[in-house]
Amino acid sequence: MSDADWSAVYLTLKLATLTTVLLLLLGTPIAWWLARTRSRLKGVVGAVVAMPLVLPPSVIGFYLLVLMGPNGPVGQLTQSLGLGVLPFTFTGLVVASLLYSLPFVVQPVQNAFEAIGERPLEVAATLRASTLDAFFSVILPLAKPGYLTAAVLGFAHTVGEFGVVLMIGGNIPGATRVVSVQIYDHVEALEYAEAHWLSAGMLVFSFLVLLSMNTLTNRRKTA
Amino acid sequence: MSERTLTARFKLSRPEFGLDVDLVLPGQGVTALFGHSGSGKTTLLRCIAGLERAEGVLQLGDAVWQDERTFVPVHKRPLAYVFQEASLFDHLSVRQNLQYGQKRVAQQERKVSLEQAIELLGIGHLLERMPARLSGGEKQRVSIARALAVSPQLLLMDEPLSALDFARKQEILPYLERLHDELDIPLIYVSHAPDEVARLADHLVAMEDGRVTAQGPIQDVLAQLDSPIRLGDDAGVVLDATVAERDSQWHLARADFPGGQVWVRDGGQVIGQRVRLRILARDVSVTLEPQTGSSIINAIPARIVELVADNHPALALVRLQAGSIPILARLTKRSAAALHLHPGQAVWAQVKAVALVG
Repeated sequence: MSDADWSAVYLTLKLATLTTVLLLLLGTPIAWWLARTRSRLKGVVGAVVAMPLVLPPSVIGFYLLVLMGPNGPVGQLTQSLGLGVLPFTFTGLVVASLLYSLPFVVQPVQNAFEAIGERPLEVAATLRASTLDAFFSVILPLAKPGYLTAAVLGFAHTVGEFGVVLMIGGNIPGATRVVSVQIYDHVEALEYAEAHWLSAGMLVFSFLVLLSMNTLTNRRKTA
Repeated sequence: MSERTLTARFKLSRPEFGLDVDLVLPGQGVTALFGHSGSGKTTLLRCIAGLERAEGVLQLGDAVWQDERTFVPVHKRPLAYVFQEASLFDHLSVRQNLQYGQKRVAQQERKVSLEQAIELLGIGHLLERMPARLSGGEKQRVSIARALAVSPQLLLMDEPLSALDFARKQEILPYLERLHDELDIPLIYVSHAPDEVARLADHLVAMEDGRVTAQGPIQDVLAQLDSPIRLGDDAGVVLDATVAERDSQWHLARADFPGGQVWVRDGGQVIGQRVRLRILARDVSVTLEPQTGSSIINAIPARIVELVADNHPALALVRLQAGSIPILARLTKRSAAALHLHPGQAVWAQVKAVALVG
């Protein structure tokens, strides 16, 4: 594999790791709210969070491009803050990935919170734990399987994105050219051998991810 | 010991359910909240804990936990709560479960040691186990010990035995009695099980449709004739007595109470032990003179206080007073008329059966 290939692999892992970590942090309050609210907005927010599941990636990419572009509201904001515009930068790619993979992180965590229910929080409160204390000492440990699923799915899904990247990131080596785009380039240039290396790598990676997740869930069930 | 009473006044109106209570409960012993499911007893308990928010006032001694301006959050109230299902934290071992609450209590407020809680509930051999590897009865014992370990000033229990089968209940009841005897922590105990209430309660609050229908010391409430509160299907009284003599030849024990004594089947109690007896109205008959030539061994001198009609037109309920102890007897109206029974009259209460409930 060429240096360009390795650079794409490195960039992909960096993007996926960063996105996953940020999503676990940002997704937790959203999942918490969705799991516990009785607000009528729950349906609306839940639908918005789930939208990336059904929308074509190019649609997400298109609107992000418009929003973050020089004339879009987000673009205006980032420019006034001296950050420039985000499309065709690594940061822009991270922002896009956050949206694109949001449901894959929020939903498993939300399910975990819902399965835990009110009771452990009530018990913790009668044992002198404040809600925040109980969240870290009881809810988080009990939700661990949900977080594990969320992290694996969020990571894997970000690794696999292509359409959004193409729309918002373009194809800049070292900044936005991730593995999926690199494979596309190889195929375009009829470099099938190179395309094979990366594609087979992705294939094995995906299989291992799903296998490890299944093994983990099964072990938990029999434990 | 303490004169701290618990004042609880709550009003809650929901479309399907209302709660309207105004109670002053003793700051010691066991208070049973007794009623059918849906009577509001669990809601009342949750309001006392602060798990449910209802308009009202809640005060333990001088400490105000709730009034128009105040609502002390649950985790800042010096109470403990035992839920219907054991609700142990599954990710923590038994020992860590026990420590969870205790380590959140300030050092100088720890009056019940972990060792004491472990010893009281007999769970020393379970400390390193995970909750998933405990039986239902063991789980509930651990959760009671976990509650004790926060040294609560008020202990609340919501039907802690109802999820357990008969054998498990019998396994736990003695531990609850030990709490009662050995710790000076007021306990409010929600139950719809007559046997548990008869066995444990000192004070009884009967509830129906979110309201209190009767309350007071259990002996008095059960002996009321105007609005009889029945534990189970029959009227009857409970009384506290002391084992004074054991007859090894006939396997009987004599239990003395202020105003009389009865012989009961010897349950292996030691002399001097406090026992709780239950006498049902249907097991008591009345004679004008002490009987000879009767198989009934318990005859207690008593005085008639009151006679009222029972729920069948043939029957009457009679309230007797033996010393300071009230006893109920169910007679036919014909017998009452034949014997010319009237208030103030001295009679003998013949007791056919006495149950030792605890």
